[in-house]
Order: sequence, then structure tokens, then C-alpha cells
Amino acid sequence: MMNWTLALPELVLACAGLGILGIGVLPRRQDMFFPVTMAVLGALVLAGVLTIGQGEGAAFAGQYVSDAFARFGKVLILIGAALSLMLALDFNETDRDLARFEYPVLILFAALGMMLMVSANDLMTLYLGLEMQSLAAYVLAAFNRDSERSAEAGLKYFVLGALASGLLLYGLSLLYGFAGTTNFDRLADTLTGEHAASLGLVVGLVFVLAGLAFKISAVPFHMWTPDVYEGAPTPVTAFFASAPKLAAVVLLARVLLQPLGELGAQWGQVVWLIAAGSMILGAFAAIGQRNIKRLMAYSSIGNIGYALIGLVAAASPDPAVRDEGVRSLLFYMAIYLLMTLGAFAVLAAMRRRGRPVEAIEDLAGLARSDVGMAIWMLVFMFAMAGVPPLAGFWSKLFVFRAAIEGGYVWLAVIGVVTSVVAAYYYLRIVRVMFFDPLNEAGALDVRPASLTVVMAATGLFTALFSIAPAPLLAAARTAVAAVMGG
Amino acid sequence: MLAAIAFYVFAAVLVASAAMVVTARNPVHSVLFLILAFFNAAGLFLIAGAEFLAMILVIVYVGAVAVLFLFVVMMLDVDFARLREGFQRYAPIGFAVGLVLFLELAFVLWAWTPAPEAGGLRMHPQPGAEAGLSNTEALARVLYTDNVLLFQAAGVILLIAMIGAIVLTLRERPGTRRQVIAAQLARVPGETVVLRQVPTGAGLKDLGILRPPLPPAEEPEALPEPEHHGHGGGHH
Repeated sequence: MMNWTLALPELVLACAGLGILGIGVLPRRQDMFFPVTMAVLGALVLAGVLTIGQGEGAAFAGQYVSDAFARFGKVLILIGAALSLMLALDFNETDRDLARFEYPVLILFAALGMMLMVSANDLMTLYLGLEMQSLAAYVLAAFNRDSERSAEAGLKYFVLGALASGLLLYGLSLLYGFAGTTNFDRLADTLTGEHAASLGLVVGLVFVLAGLAFKISAVPFHMWTPDVYEGAPTPVTAFFASAPKLAAVVLLARVLLQPLGELGAQWGQVVWLIAAGSMILGAFAAIGQRNIKRLMAYSSIGNIGYALIGLVAAASPDPAVRDEGVRSLLFYMAIYLLMTLGAFAVLAAMRRRGRPVEAIEDLAGLARSDVGMAIWMLVFMFAMAGVPPLAGFWSKLFVFRAAIEGGYVWLAVIGVVTSVVAAYYYLRIVRVMFFDPLNEAGALDVRPASLTVVMAATGLFTALFSIAPAPLLAAARTAVAAVMGG
Repeated sequence: MLAAIAFYVFAAVLVASAAMVVTARNPVHSVLFLILAFFNAAGLFLIAGAEFLAMILVIVYVGAVAVLFLFVVMMLDVDFARLREGFQRYAPIGFAVGLVLFLELAFVLWAWTPAPEAGGLRMHPQPGAEAGLSNTEALARVLYTDNVLLFQAAGVILLIAMIGAIVLTLRERPGTRRQVIAAQLARVPGETVVLRQVPTGAGLKDLGILRPPLPPAEEPEALPEPEHHGHGGGHH
């Protein structure tokens, strides 16, 4: 059944992207970066408004689905894309070679790919959305083409990403070979009963998990993360750490819960291992880092581990625990997205005499030179460490509670222990900012206004979340009801 | 009978030429064997009744991709001996990975039991078969109706690839001389041709004219010329 209007946000975003690209190309001027960025921000906001008003149902012969689960993901994806684009506004203007109009256009198309990912109701839609997002991300990683590290990041990401796509496709072909269909609903009908756990099917499932674990940078497919995060320009790293991760996690949850829902006993163990490995590696590997972007890369690996605890709980046979697991997963990712973007706004503001600096020591004595930024960074670091009453505390509490109710006590224990270890390096940054003497190279440059806006928006959310948690909780509840209802 | 013979001929040549692609010492031979393999695969598609795929394989893979390979192999000075240098060192790891993959494939083959309803689901009735539509037409009907979302998404992916290639490689160098066709066409003989009375026996050098007077400095150079070439005696 064809139902074009259901996919209105995607269609509008795609057409806006083409139009904006045309506007950027036509005038023979170099300074199209700012107007094009503003146009893309407008398009993202428009798509967000359309998403909120989007109807329910399936479209395009069942290949596309619009439900509360997809809409929850899409709104957060658009917020993440818009905020990371705002991070780039002043950052890219300072480095002239980054201020090209293709940058916002690529972010727009990456957002389009992510929206397709979370709305996928077919293995083919899943793959195309994932590739659309990834291809734009490869180019963005190498966007600073005069920097060797940026080129290295782009190439590494591209080669390893292509390998992961190959694994994913192999797994998808095995799923198709078993079930004879790529549609999620029909897959769910086929994969029930006694033949649910055939060996070939499990091999396919493992390959799909491997491919998607690469995209969310979960252990053991995390190798690329520190190098890519370090080499890519800071606003691009902020983008990678936020929206694409959320989109891939939402997609992973949908694939595991809807078509493969009956195989929970199989994928539950794999996700358990991935979650535990990510938490442990994220906590211990970050301790020795001196570059703050590498540190954030390990931090994001660890955070994915905590979020996946919710997915492990979703493999439980008890429906109440399943609901709570998925809810805590969505809740965790939403708060992680905003916390991370705020922290990256501080990293993007780290410049000395016009050149970006990335060492942790460069933050030394920040409280003396720029107390506002130091306080925002303190909020983000405390939130990531899980200090109450900041938002990061609640998100960790929910995933741990879901794990304990589902009987995964060991996973919760690993989570708590690694949180304590991770708190060490988050608090070390706070110590460096507040108690170390000012770095001898001098104070950081004055931060631009656009970064202050991002810091304040995400910082206020993180700090004051406890006052009004109801809207986010209600949205997560509706989203979970949509995906678990059937 | 004839189809069976054709199948075995195509299949045998395909497998043999595919083996030659990876074993041939000369990379140009490898590419040529690859082209042979594509042609045989196209033959197999024809036997299977998929004439559209057969033609696409020949046009896209032979016509574009393989020729591109050939260009790269012949134009870039790739030292294949150096590429093979690490072979001895990495061979054990490669064999280990290969063995694991082989075992996985073997497991899948032996323990492969598709779901009972899979066969029925996989069947996609060819639209318009009773009306005698060709398979190209049938493919188009499915592609532009049921799968239009995927088709357009694939188009956007190609667009992103194009933007990426341009963003990462196109550089506007300030010193380059570009051809301005409008300026070329707008020239009139009076600007470029100078008629002089040349006395018999005198060379152009003696008159002090080596090239016509240049137009004002801000005019772009009308004719595309390599920068280093210059005009014979202009500077010296």
C-alpha cells in the first residue's frame, strides 16, 4: 500500500537538501557556509515539527513504518544534528578550509539516513539508511583535508566501516535465506515456534549484531573509535558521538525486538557480553588518555555499554522487565545525547591563539580564566560520572534497576564498579580545571556565542532535569508501548 | 540439451577465468580475465532468463568498471612485488581467519534448514507475465512502485558519494589559468591582429615585435596554455 504522505518529514528533508545544495552551488562566492548552515538548521527544525505531527502506520509496501518509537528517535536525531551543526558555526569559520557549504548539507543527508534507519521496517531500508548515514560520516571525518590526521580518520573509518557493512549484509542475507522475506512483520511471523533457533539463523544473527555493534562502537568492534574521534574536526566528533549512535541503538533495538523478538535467548547472551566488555574497556582504557577527544571516545564506548544493559533486560522472558529494559535504554540514550553534545561544546571552545588544543592539561586553571565554561564542564562531567541529582544519575539508575529486576545482577555489579572507575577520570578533569594553576601557555581564547548557547541549553537540561522528568519519561513510555505492543 | 551444454561451458570458463584473475602474474592479464569472467556470467544470466541483468553486467561492469581497473593498473606505477611483501608474515593469520569463515560456511550449509514457509514467501510473481511483458519491463514495474523508497534512497546515497568526492578533491588554486570561452568568443580581429609594414630582409626581432600587445592586465588569459611553457622569446 502506497502512502507517501506518511513519510513527509523524510521527503521534505530530502527535497530541502537538494534545494539547499543548489543554492550553495549557484553563486560563485566562497562565503556560503553561514547562509547554508542557517538554511539547513531551518530544514531540520521543519522536519522536527513534521515528525511530531506524523501519523501512524506503514508505508511504501511495508518498507517504512511510522510509530512512536521511530518518532522518539527522529526527534532526538534532529536535535542532535541541529546542535552539532551549531557547534560547527563558529568553529568552522575560524578554520577557513572547514567553512565550506557542503558541511551542513552532508549533516542534513546524514540526518536523513538516520531517520530512515529508525523508521526501517525492512532489511533493505535498514541497510540503505545505514549506508546513507555512514557515507556522509566518512566524508565528514576527512573534511579537514589539509590535516593528515583528519584524512587518516576518514580513511580508517571508511575501510573499517565498509568491512562492517559487509558483515552486516552477510548476516542479513542469511536471515533472508532462512525466512524468505526481508519485511520485519513477516520475519517476526516466520521466526516463531520450534524452528526459531536453527544454526544458520543464529550465525546470521551474530553477523547482524557484529555489523551493528561496529556502528555503535561497542566492544569488540570499537577499535576505530579513538582514532576517528581524535582525527576528525571537533564538531564532527561531536556529531559522531551523538545522533548516529542514538540512531544505531534505536535501530538495533527495533531489529532485535520486532523481527528477532523470539530469539531473545540467543541474542541476549551476545548483547550481555558486548555490554560488559564495553563498560569495562570504556572505564579502564580512558584512564591513561592525555588527549581529551580520545578520552571522550572511550567514555562514549563505556556509555554504550551502560545503554546496552537496558537491551539485555529486554531479552528477559518477563514482559514487564522487557518493557522496563527498552524504556531505560531509550531514556539513557536521550540523556547521553544531550550530555555529550554539551561536553563537546566545551571541547570545541578550546582554542589558544586561534588554534584548537586538545590536551587535558590545556584545561588547567580554566576556573580562573573562564569560570562560566568551567562550571558548564563541571556539570557535564559530574552528570557523566553519575552524580545525583544531575540527569546522568537517573539514566544510570534506571538501567541498573532494569538489570536487577531482570535477574542480571552481575551485569549491574559490573556497571556500578566501572562507573566508580570512570568517575575517576571525569573528576580528574574537574580537578584540573578548578585546582591546577593556570596553564603556562596562557588562557584559552574567548568562547564564541554559538558555543555558549549550546553549552547553556544542554547544561540547563542536564542540571535541572530532576525538576521536570515527566515529559521525557512519558515519551519513552509511549515509544516502548509502540514497539512492544504487538 | 543445448541450454545445458551452454551452461556448463559458461560455468567452466567463468570459474577458470576467475581463478586466473587471482593467480595471473601480470596485473593487466588479471583485468582481462576479469572481463572474460564478466562475459561468462552475463551468459549464465541469459540462460536463466534474466536478459536485463546480463546486459547491465556487460555495460556497467565490462564497459565501465573493468575498463577503469585497466586504466588504473596501466597508468599508476603499482609495484606488485612490494604489495606481496607482507604475504609470508600475514599468511598464518589469513589462513586462520579463512579457516574460521570456512567452518562457519560449512556449518551453515550442513545445518541449513530454511523455515517451511520461506519458499512461498520468496516467490515474487512477475508482474504482467500473462501479458507477455519482458523482464526489463517487469523489473521496472516493481522498482518504481513497490520499491520506490529504496530506489530513491539509493539515489541519495550516490549523490552523497558525489558530493564527497568533490568536497575532498576539488581545490580552487588562485594561480591557475582557466579557459573563459565567453572572452575567447568576444575577441575581435582588431584587438589581436597587428598589421605592420615589414621592410624586405628585416626580421621580426629587429622590429621589436614578438607578440601582439596584451589586453589590459585584469582580462583573463584567453587561451589555455600550460603555465611553464610561456612564449618563446618573451622573457628571454
